[in-house]
Amino acid sequence: MSKKAQEGRKPNPLATLIVTLILVAIAVVWTVPTLGVLVTSFRDSKDIFSSGWWTVLPHQGWTKTGEIELDAAVDPDQPITIEGKTADFAAWRAGVSVTPDRQLKWVGNKRTRTIEVSERRWVGFGANLTMDNYKNVLSAGEIKYKDGQGQEISRQGNNFTDAVLNSLAVAIPATLIPILIAAFAAFAFAWMEFPGRKTVFILVVGLLVVPLQIALIPILQDFTKLDLNGTYLAMWLAHTGFGLPLAIYLLFNYIGGLPRDILESAYIDGATPFTTFVRLILPLAVPALASFAIFQFLWVWNDYLVALIFLGDRNRVVTSALAAMVGEKGQDWHLLTSGAFLSMILPLVVFFSLQRFFVRGLMAGSVKG
Amino acid sequence: MSSPQLVIPENPVWKAVKLIVLLAVTVVILGGGFVFLKEYKDSKIILTVFAVFWGVGSTGLLYTVLNALGETFSRKVRAWLLPLIFAGPALVLLFWFLVLPTLRTFGLSFLDETSTRFVGLENYLYAFTNPTMLESFGNNLLWLVFGTSGTVILGLIIAVLADRSRWESAFKALVFMPMAISFVGAGVIWKFIYAYKGEGVADIGLLNAIVVAFGGQPQAWLQLAGWNNFLLIIIMVWLQTGYAMVILSAAIKGIPSEQIEASRVDGATEFQIFFRIIIPSIMGSLITVTTTVLIFSLKLFDIVRVMTGGNFGTNVVANQFYIEQFTFGSTGHASAIAIVLLIAIVPVLIYNLRQFAERKAFK
Repeated sequence: MSKKAQEGRKPNPLATLIVTLILVAIAVVWTVPTLGVLVTSFRDSKDIFSSGWWTVLPHQGWTKTGEIELDAAVDPDQPITIEGKTADFAAWRAGVSVTPDRQLKWVGNKRTRTIEVSERRWVGFGANLTMDNYKNVLSAGEIKYKDGQGQEISRQGNNFTDAVLNSLAVAIPATLIPILIAAFAAFAFAWMEFPGRKTVFILVVGLLVVPLQIALIPILQDFTKLDLNGTYLAMWLAHTGFGLPLAIYLLFNYIGGLPRDILESAYIDGATPFTTFVRLILPLAVPALASFAIFQFLWVWNDYLVALIFLGDRNRVVTSALAAMVGEKGQDWHLLTSGAFLSMILPLVVFFSLQRFFVRGLMAGSVKG
Repeated sequence: MSSPQLVIPENPVWKAVKLIVLLAVTVVILGGGFVFLKEYKDSKIILTVFAVFWGVGSTGLLYTVLNALGETFSRKVRAWLLPLIFAGPALVLLFWFLVLPTLRTFGLSFLDETSTRFVGLENYLYAFTNPTMLESFGNNLLWLVFGTSGTVILGLIIAVLADRSRWESAFKALVFMPMAISFVGAGVIWKFIYAYKGEGVADIGLLNAIVVAFGGQPQAWLQLAGWNNFLLIIIMVWLQTGYAMVILSAAIKGIPSEQIEASRVDGATEFQIFFRIIIPSIMGSLITVTTTVLIFSLKLFDIVRVMTGGNFGTNVVANQFYIEQFTFGSTGHASAIAIVLLIAIVPVLIYNLRQFAERKAFK
């Protein structure tokens, strides 16, 4: 059903409206969770703990407009009259509405003698936004923030700066290395003659079925023996090994489909297989390389399991730093939300700028085990 | 193969010198870089930049050197040596990281927790009788049934509806977006939605705020037995529906418009068109998507790990694998669980691969 089909038929306005409404509802449901985290990450920590993130949207709500200090002569054990309303301490403590839009509430114990005045007003136009959460989550030193009661708390920062750098140091090579190795292998399988070529290729594709969990324990034992745990090299090797079957399979399909004439004329001109591959095949295979690159980059950047096991607490990447934060500081939403958003920025940028390549890689990559 | 008679031969001495220099440079770069990465502690930024260039550069250099070495041999040797140089590194890595580990894990699954004593099928007996494992299997079944059907059905509905909208690409981009987010990130996003602060405290979790606005009681959702599994499954559906939608949408666009127009002229209703034409036409893609999501739900780990750690009755097999190995240090149990996972996945994936080969999606 392409655009042609739609032009050919008279659109029913009611049906179109219903379809649009359903789609808008779905789009809202799909976007709101992320939006909540984005908004929260820019809110003041005190606000985060005392109200929902949706309160930054303009709405009618109660806002504190002032305080009344009661006279020392007022006896809290007797009914008290303020602004024409009479009630006992317990009622004042719970809050009394003087008018529908004005509420008075006793704060603290009987000795404080303070009444808080709040009025129903339109609020949320001047949302109190800040970059402090990001500063705090990126910091490695001591950080300070206010909790829901406005008390200052100081903590050790989570050093997300290092985590982001670690993620880059892991993800970029762990994307490019498997592509290079797989492209060489795909070229060999597609265009070089050697005994057992077909059998070996089928075995390589068959390795797609192996789930990650199978390999973790033995590889961890190897890395421990080689003293590679916690190093970037361990992560590159692991992600390369796990990513190769899919990479070889995809690149073989593409490189194997290139016209034979191109290769033959290159060989007649005296090119070696190596120069043919580097100068001719790699540039021609760029669309396939890009598709797999995006796929692999998102996979590695977002990976948690492999990083958890081979990096541990040394050289934490963003996913493991974020997961550790969930475990240690599960209620520190100002840090969690800004950390979560930091972990999402790069993949989202890659994703939206290169969506077409990603979709192609996804279509082809639906077979990963 | 190449035609060496057309190439002007180089001075052999000069060639040998070049090769030796190249070899020496490679050894220095590979070894020196490794030591530098291990020892250097001053600036994280320099370290990161160096790691990226060293890692990628070394790989390229390794192939260049191996090829230069290979090309010094006679034509007869080159005929089998060059393919080995091209495909060899990939095969070595595949053998080290996938083939060998599968065999080793299989072997470990018959040994006790410290891998010293043969225990026969004891670990498998454990995997299928231990109450925690049985709970995990049950939960995985929930993920499998509800996660997969939720993802595929929603993906299909959105694909069909978006196809009729003028703002198709915008809607699809929004639904697709979570694909770029890590499971850990998604965990934080949804943990915030399910947040519970206690009785009488202003809600900061969206779900509780909605429940309260409709007159309900706020809940600690993630600890609510029975419900919590479904609340976790919603996260997976949120993450994966975009994938199902994109693949199915492409398949729907591949249906010839004449076919649909003709049945419309014959008086078929939209529902008849959907069930009698669209569904049968996209069956191949539907199966691929279903099996892919199915495998994903079998191996699911991150969401449960981050959200509940497998507590409150939400454990799944892949998380139990992690707990057995890294909390209890029981390699035997963990290995048996990994093998069970493999056996569960193999038939689905073989089916998937076969479908895939017929479809030839990658052009």
